[in-house]
Amino acid sequence: MKSFWTTFSRNRGAVIGLAVLALVVLVALCADLLYPGSPWDMATAPFQPPLSEGFPLGSDLLGRDIAAGLAHGARVSLLIGLVSTAVALALGVSLGALAGYFGGAVDDAIMRVTEFFQTIPNFVLAVVLVAIFTPSIGSIVAAIAIVSWPPLARLARAEFLSLRSREFVQAAITSGQTHATIIFRQILPNSLSPIIVSGSLMVATAILLESSLSFLGLGDPNLMSWGFMIGAARTVIRQAWWMSFFPGVAILVTVLAINLIGEGLNDAMNPRLARARQ
Amino acid sequence: MNHETLLEVRDLTLALPGGGDRAHAVEALSFELAANEILCIVGESGSGKSMTAHALMGLLPRAVRPVGGEIRYRGRDVLTMSPAESRALRGGRIGMIFQEPMTALNPLVRVGRQIEEMLELHTELDRAARRTRVLELLEAVGLPNPPELARAYPFKLSGGQRQRVMIAIALAAEPDVLIADEPTTALDVTTQQQILELIGRLQTERGMGVIFITHDFGVVAEIADRVAVMRHGRIVEQGSADEVLNRPQHPYTRTLIAAVPHGLHHRDEPPPAGPPLLVAKDLRKTFRVGGGWLGGGREVRAADGISLEIRPGETVGLVGESGSGKSTLGRAIVGLMKPDAGQILFEGVDLLALKPNAFRPYRRHVQMVFQDPYASLNPRHTVGDIIAQGPVAFGEDRDKALARARELLGLVGLDASAAERFPHEFSGGQRQRISIARALALDPRLLIADEPVSALDVSVQAQVLALLETIRKRLELSMLFITHDLRIAARICDRVAVMQRGRIVELKTARELFENPEHPYTRTLLDAIPGRGWQVPDALVAAEAQRLAV
Repeated sequence: MKSFWTTFSRNRGAVIGLAVLALVVLVALCADLLYPGSPWDMATAPFQPPLSEGFPLGSDLLGRDIAAGLAHGARVSLLIGLVSTAVALALGVSLGALAGYFGGAVDDAIMRVTEFFQTIPNFVLAVVLVAIFTPSIGSIVAAIAIVSWPPLARLARAEFLSLRSREFVQAAITSGQTHATIIFRQILPNSLSPIIVSGSLMVATAILLESSLSFLGLGDPNLMSWGFMIGAARTVIRQAWWMSFFPGVAILVTVLAINLIGEGLNDAMNPRLARARQ
Repeated sequence: MNHETLLEVRDLTLALPGGGDRAHAVEALSFELAANEILCIVGESGSGKSMTAHALMGLLPRAVRPVGGEIRYRGRDVLTMSPAESRALRGGRIGMIFQEPMTALNPLVRVGRQIEEMLELHTELDRAARRTRVLELLEAVGLPNPPELARAYPFKLSGGQRQRVMIAIALAAEPDVLIADEPTTALDVTTQQQILELIGRLQTERGMGVIFITHDFGVVAEIADRVAVMRHGRIVEQGSADEVLNRPQHPYTRTLIAAVPHGLHHRDEPPPAGPPLLVAKDLRKTFRVGGGWLGGGREVRAADGISLEIRPGETVGLVGESGSGKSTLGRAIVGLMKPDAGQILFEGVDLLALKPNAFRPYRRHVQMVFQDPYASLNPRHTVGDIIAQGPVAFGEDRDKALARARELLGLVGLDASAAERFPHEFSGGQRQRISIARALALDPRLLIADEPVSALDVSVQAQVLALLETIRKRLELSMLFITHDLRIAARICDRVAVMQRGRIVELKTARELFENPEHPYTRTLLDAIPGRGWQVPDALVAAEAQRLAV
């Protein structure tokens, strides 16, 4: 664990990313303290530019506080990013593990299903799913998870395939261990590194997907989100740049931070690559 | 004959980057290479022998810096040369052959073209002359039908043929120094013998100086004029082949030579009698390589009617070259692979006819020790866990299994405290001991050892073999010992089966097999053992036997 942190902290970008993400998380957690009340409430006159009295980031078309929107939106973005990635991980890794471990017909069946999902453009499928199941936080999480599990399944399958033929797994088979023991105790811990790394990057993709859905007006109507703020302000982007600029920066910075962390994790968890870079 | 000094290494010291287990890759290294001689540099893994070769070629990894001494090629210092001079020297005056023929050739470029590139770089020949020269070179390294071979891509060539092409490339510019870094280690014995003969012949014909790096004293005995023995980055002994092989002075050289598997020193007990423990009857297995749903691809017969008996307390050796199908039998017995046809009877019960649930109890009785000590232990589990997992899977209480694991660690010569540590903290030989302890944890009756020592250094090999022998005796195990090395089979087995292309071509007691081989293939194999004309000095053998007994 100590060596993990040493390697991780050697990547300066990853440490910066971690700091930025920590800040975003902190803001999200303290949103109710910083900006009590609903971010949907009209707080001042519409079209207030940034740095106006009491509203450092200005107000939007209907006089809502943009800073409050950002703080509350951070919650939605992070929540959806994390939950949908967790669901996609659970789905993708278990299917990939089964396919890679058992091979043969099981593998064929699972991989055909995976390919079916991969042939449909991600975003289109997500839009269709959310539109059918009516926009709500649940349906958005489900839609994002459903479009993001196939790459994870392929990754887990590849890891299981290669680890399955390793001698320590064969030794486990010859010593009479059950399939479940071999999958969970022998193979899974050894295949986790690349899965965690791509999972961390997937959080960033999920945040972008959620923003895109909200931008199109398919966000949860009860929850303020960054994508919705940009979408609502797009008609007045030439008169009031700040309304779309600040949420845009928030998305950019958060996604960038998560990507940097993912890269740092990659260095720390694939010691072979990290050593080659030294 | 010309004995001009070609290469001169004086007090060469190469510094390793900090944080490693030692500060210098090689230290105060001095030796010379003259024309018309083969100098063998011998050492175990980590001795710095390959690093020395790379330094001579100016191919040091960026992190390794020369901090002292000099390397002179005909008086010019190699270490301080300009990059252009160094390039002209490399490949031009000094040729090099690498260990792994499978990866040393560019897979997308025709063989002839790869040789021609060397001629373009280092000679003034025109196109037509180069073409002729390529064919001459292919002929010189003993490849059949040079015109056709020059047009072939590397994937069509066998390992031995590729190594010949590598030699042709190294010789293209007529260098006067040839550096061969373990050129035969990845090859089968019969191919090894041919390549050694080829290198010896070319060396004499061209009057080259050859530096031959190896870990195998058999190979040294076969070709060396002079020998330098390396350990931990230093040369511990240097002298003529006769001196070093037959009258070694340094204690390290003496242990190394004594550890070379040699002759038959066989156990004297009468050959075990009684009903066989395991009988394999007419096993057949065909693998299809390549091809898709619609067929196609190439068929490989890994087992073509194998029949074999193993009696209680007996060690049966299974010897063959790569692709002979020797591992197939072992894997079929432990149930890692299902043969297409045949029977495997364990005390009369056909294991292949059993359903998975009925087969499971038999797993206890047959355990396996794997080849690669680095891949056969789960890196994320403690050693104690690894050993205890088998018994736990069979319902043993976890604490009891862990206590037993500690006992077993003692049995294989490791400290009981090893149980709390992780595999990466152990050396290759120690890991193989852990692997053996794991196999013993289920109290098996039959142990299948699939090349258990081929990834280990010679001195460690001897210890692990001695351990296997002691354990087999003490626990009255039967053993199926799979190996490519007849010398090792001779050392440990009661009976030896020789395999070729999925068939057992000869099966008899180890002594008879060595003294009276009948099948031509067995004879070929025996003849190909490197250093067969050399006897390990008797005094060393006696000392080694004593050391292992303690």
